[in-house]
Amino acid sequence: MSEADLETWPEQGQNKRVSEFQRFLRVMFGRWLVIFGTFVIVLTVFVALFAPQLAPYNPNKVNLREMIEPPSAKHLLGTDEMGRDLLSRVIYGSRIAVSVGIVVVCIAGVIGMSLGLIAGYFGGWIGTMIMRFMDALMSLPPLVLMLAIAVMLGGGIAKVYVALGIAFMPTYCRLMCGEILSIKENDYVMAANVIGAGHIRVMFSHLVPNAFPPLFVMITLDLGFAILAEASLSFLGIGINPPTATWGAMINSGQQYLLTNPLLSIVPGVAIVLLVLAFNLVGDGLRDALDPRLRGKI
Amino acid sequence: MEQSSNNTILEVKNLKKYFPITKGFLRRTAGHVKAVDNISLKIKKGETLGLVGESGCGKTTVGRCILRVYDPTDGEIRFQGQDIVKLPYNKNRALRRKIQLIFQDPYGSLDPRQSAGSIVGEAIKIHKICDNKQTHKKRVEELFTLVGLDPEMASRFPHEFSGGQRQRIGIARALSCDPVFIVCDEPFSALDVSIQAQIINLLQDLQQKLGLTYLMIAHDLSVVRHISDNVAIMYLGHIVEIADWREIYERPLMPYTQALLSAVPIPDPIVEKKRERIILEGDVPSPINPPSGCPFHPRCWKAAPDCSKEIPELREISPNHLVACIRV
Ligand SMILES: Nc1ncnc2c1ncn2[C@@H]1O[C@H](COP(=O)(O)OP(=O)(O)O)[C@@H](O)[C@H]1O
Ligand SMILES: [Mg+2]
Repeated sequence: MSEADLETWPEQGQNKRVSEFQRFLRVMFGRWLVIFGTFVIVLTVFVALFAPQLAPYNPNKVNLREMIEPPSAKHLLGTDEMGRDLLSRVIYGSRIAVSVGIVVVCIAGVIGMSLGLIAGYFGGWIGTMIMRFMDALMSLPPLVLMLAIAVMLGGGIAKVYVALGIAFMPTYCRLMCGEILSIKENDYVMAANVIGAGHIRVMFSHLVPNAFPPLFVMITLDLGFAILAEASLSFLGIGINPPTATWGAMINSGQQYLLTNPLLSIVPGVAIVLLVLAFNLVGDGLRDALDPRLRGKI
Repeated sequence: MEQSSNNTILEVKNLKKYFPITKGFLRRTAGHVKAVDNISLKIKKGETLGLVGESGCGKTTVGRCILRVYDPTDGEIRFQGQDIVKLPYNKNRALRRKIQLIFQDPYGSLDPRQSAGSIVGEAIKIHKICDNKQTHKKRVEELFTLVGLDPEMASRFPHEFSGGQRQRIGIARALSCDPVFIVCDEPFSALDVSIQAQIINLLQDLQQKLGLTYLMIAHDLSVVRHISDNVAIMYLGHIVEIADWREIYERPLMPYTQALLSAVPIPDPIVEKKRERIILEGDVPSPINPPSGCPFHPRCWKAAPDCSKEIPELREISPNHLVACIRV
């Protein structure tokens, strides 16, 4: 037994053991840019949650006596072409941005990943059908696809969610399917089979947890891109109906007054850029922190 | 004869496994990889059968057919008297549990996102072997100690263990199902020599303590010597010689076995110097298009014209020593 002891109780490790989560935090927040991105996201979510308390005015209140005013003590960022307070509209716009990001990624992620899991795990004709359908969706440029679906469904925020959700779905499906195909070849999946695990257990306790890290990064990035896509639709005047404050629509209506009051387009534009950038920075941080090559190291 | 068949725990009869090769868009079958072609073997309870052959000769495929990971193309696999190939899935599950697997690669065989404790405890959950958390935890601790691991390490993840320790976790996982038969698929070949010895000892201890039966797969004869009761030599999907280990080492009859044996180093330097090495010419033929007759004849220095005519049957040359060679 003494022979075995040598190898079994290791000299290394015992005390300087770093838990997986601690390591994750250290890599993740080791860079200022990631911290900055996290800060922007947290701030935006906070603003979105407390918009009624934070906004000085009703964002949709038309005041024709105070049209296109420059910043003043009364209106910190000035007013738009209908005399609505710009600051309040930008604050309320964050609600649309945050909700679009979350709902679209949920729709696309849940449906896309489930279909990808089925296609990758079972394969066969079901898998082929799912993947051909996704190929068909992906053969169109994303903006054209979103426009087509949005126009087909008509206006309204719910329709925008669905249109964007469908447009974002194929990448999740493909990525998931590819991950599952490679992960299921691992010996530990066969081991699970041999000890008697059923399909559900194999899928949800072995395949999905191992497939998830790269998808997690994509979810973060897509939160930003969904916001950008919604802004594009709103900018083109499709989707969310006019009085609602959305950043994309604000840039669009503001561009007519670029020479008189450029802030009307610049402020919502900067808000979008900052938020999308923040999601990208955090996504990059996650990619590094979840990198399997860094496992077990600090 | 009657008595010995009572003792037989696993009997494989005329097992064949052909993998189809598909081509083109319509996935039409263009041929077959004859990974396992008509092999038969018997293993008695509590014994170890070594299955030896060069890589690619179909050893893993035999193991996986027995584990029912692959559906055999043809043949019978009788485990404790029941043909497990024909058994419906539900019944199979209870029986399958009794046949377990130890992997070659201690890295790929453990889920990197599962702690060692949950790897070892998974089967106990699946088969509801323990009815509450307390007994579950106790059973996992028991298994850890059984394979020489500190139960304190149950909360750690695979990357925190060394290769030998990982192999022990894999062994504990196999044991968690209360198996009676274990397929060991080259469990030593990925380990350092010093650790190999420890794992060999562990497997032997476990065999004695738990009355296990092993199918010990290896690609050379050196490791198997220490642990096998009988040794079967495989070449290109066929079994070419079976005998008890002493016979194989002292009186190998099949030319291929002699060649394999000549590659095993002998610890005695004088004998080592004097013995002649047989170096085989050519490569192992492809299992897609195997040679006619004896699969070994293109490389055999004793080959006669008749060797290419028919596939030789395993014949009993002396008690318990079977050879598939017409030149013996
Ligand atoms: N899943 C599979 N599909 C197709 N061919 C396979 C598969 N598994 C094994 N083979 C082929 O069967 C032959 C035997 O393989 P294997 O049983 O892994 O050999 P060994 O374990 O002795 O090295 C090889 O030629 C291999 O290419
Ligand atoms: Mg093998």
